[in-house]
Amino acid sequence: MSDPGSTDTGGAAAKVVGIVLVSHSRAVAESVAELARGLAGGGADVPVAPAGGTEDGGLGTSAELISGAARAVDRGAGVAVLTDLGSAVLTVKALLAEGDELPDGARLVDAPFVEGAVAAVVTASAGADLDAVEAAAVEAYSYRKV
Amino acid sequence: MLDADFFRRWLTAATAAVDREAARLTELDSPIGDADHGSNLQRGFVAVSAVLDREAPDTPGGVLTLAGRQLISTVGGASGPLYGTLLRRTGKALGDAPEVSEADLATALRAGVDAVMTLGGAAPGDKTMIDALVPAVDALATSFDAAATAAEQGALATTPMQARKGRASYLGERSIGHQDPGATSSALLLAALAEAARDE
Repeated sequence: MSDPGSTDTGGAAAKVVGIVLVSHSRAVAESVAELARGLAGGGADVPVAPAGGTEDGGLGTSAELISGAARAVDRGAGVAVLTDLGSAVLTVKALLAEGDELPDGARLVDAPFVEGAVAAVVTASAGADLDAVEAAAVEAYSYRKV
Repeated sequence: MLDADFFRRWLTAATAAVDREAARLTELDSPIGDADHGSNLQRGFVAVSAVLDREAPDTPGGVLTLAGRQLISTVGGASGPLYGTLLRRTGKALGDAPEVSEADLATALRAGVDAVMTLGGAAPGDKTMIDALVPAVDALATSFDAAATAAEQGALATTPMQARKGRASYLGERSIGHQDPGATSSALLLAALAEAARDE
C-alpha cells in the first residue's frame, strides 16, 4: 500500500485482510465463520472472528465483542466487518465514528451476511486487498437464486 | 449557566426514570419490537451512572461524551448506538468549556439529534425516537419544561404512525396503533433534563 510499485507477492509475511462477522446471535456468527472458512478451502490462512450476541450469550450486539474481534483479526491489511441487521449495523457505525474503538483500516462492508462472508473470506484467502474483499462481498447481493 | 454537575444530575434523573419505567418500555416494545427496550436501557444507564461516579469528568462535554460512549458499549440493542451517539455528539459539540449556556446546549443537542438521524437514517414521521427528539430540540429555545412537554407529545403522536425504520417496520400496517418505545424513552430523557433544571 505504501509502495504501489512493489509487486512483492511471494513474501511469507504478506498481509492478509481480517474478517469480523457480527450477528445478533453468537451461534449464527460462529456458524457463518465456520462455513466461510470451510468453503474457502486452502489458500492463505484468513483471520476470521465471530462477534455474535451479547457478552452473556443472549441475543443482541456487544461493542466489546466487536472491537475485540476486530483487534484479533487485524494483520495490518485492513478489517472487513460484516453484520446482520439493526443494532449490529448501528453499533459498528457508531464504533467507526468513535475513532479509536476499531483498528485503522476497519470498514463496515455492505453485504448479505452469509453469502458476503463466504465471498469475503474466499477473496481474502487469495491474498486480495481490502477494496477487493469489500467488492466481492458487496457483489454477493447480485447472486440471484431464481 | 450549566456545569458538569447539572449534566450529572440530568443523567442520574434519567437513570432513575428508565429504572422506574423499564417495565412499561419493554411492554411497549413487545407488540412491535423484541421486548427488550426497558431492560436494555436499564443496563445502559446503570452503567452510565457507575462510570460517571468512577471517572467524575469535570466538564459538561466530558460528562456527555463519557456517558454516550458507555451507552454504545453496554446497551446491546439499537438504542445503545443511537442514544450513545446522541449524547456523545452533543458532548463533543459542547467542547471542553467548564460551563455552558442553555443556548449552547440547544445548539449542541441539535447536532446530536442530527447525528442520530444520520446514523439510523430515520426522519420525522418514521415512528422512532426522532419524533420525540426533534420537537423537543425545537422547543428547547423556549424552556426545559417546554422541551419535555414537546417530547411527550411527540411520543404520543407516534401511536397512529406506521413504522418505517427498525424491526417494527417489518410489521407494516400492523405497527399502527402502538406508541413507539424509542420515542417514549426519549420523552423520559427530556423529562429528566427538565427535572435537573428545576433543581438548579
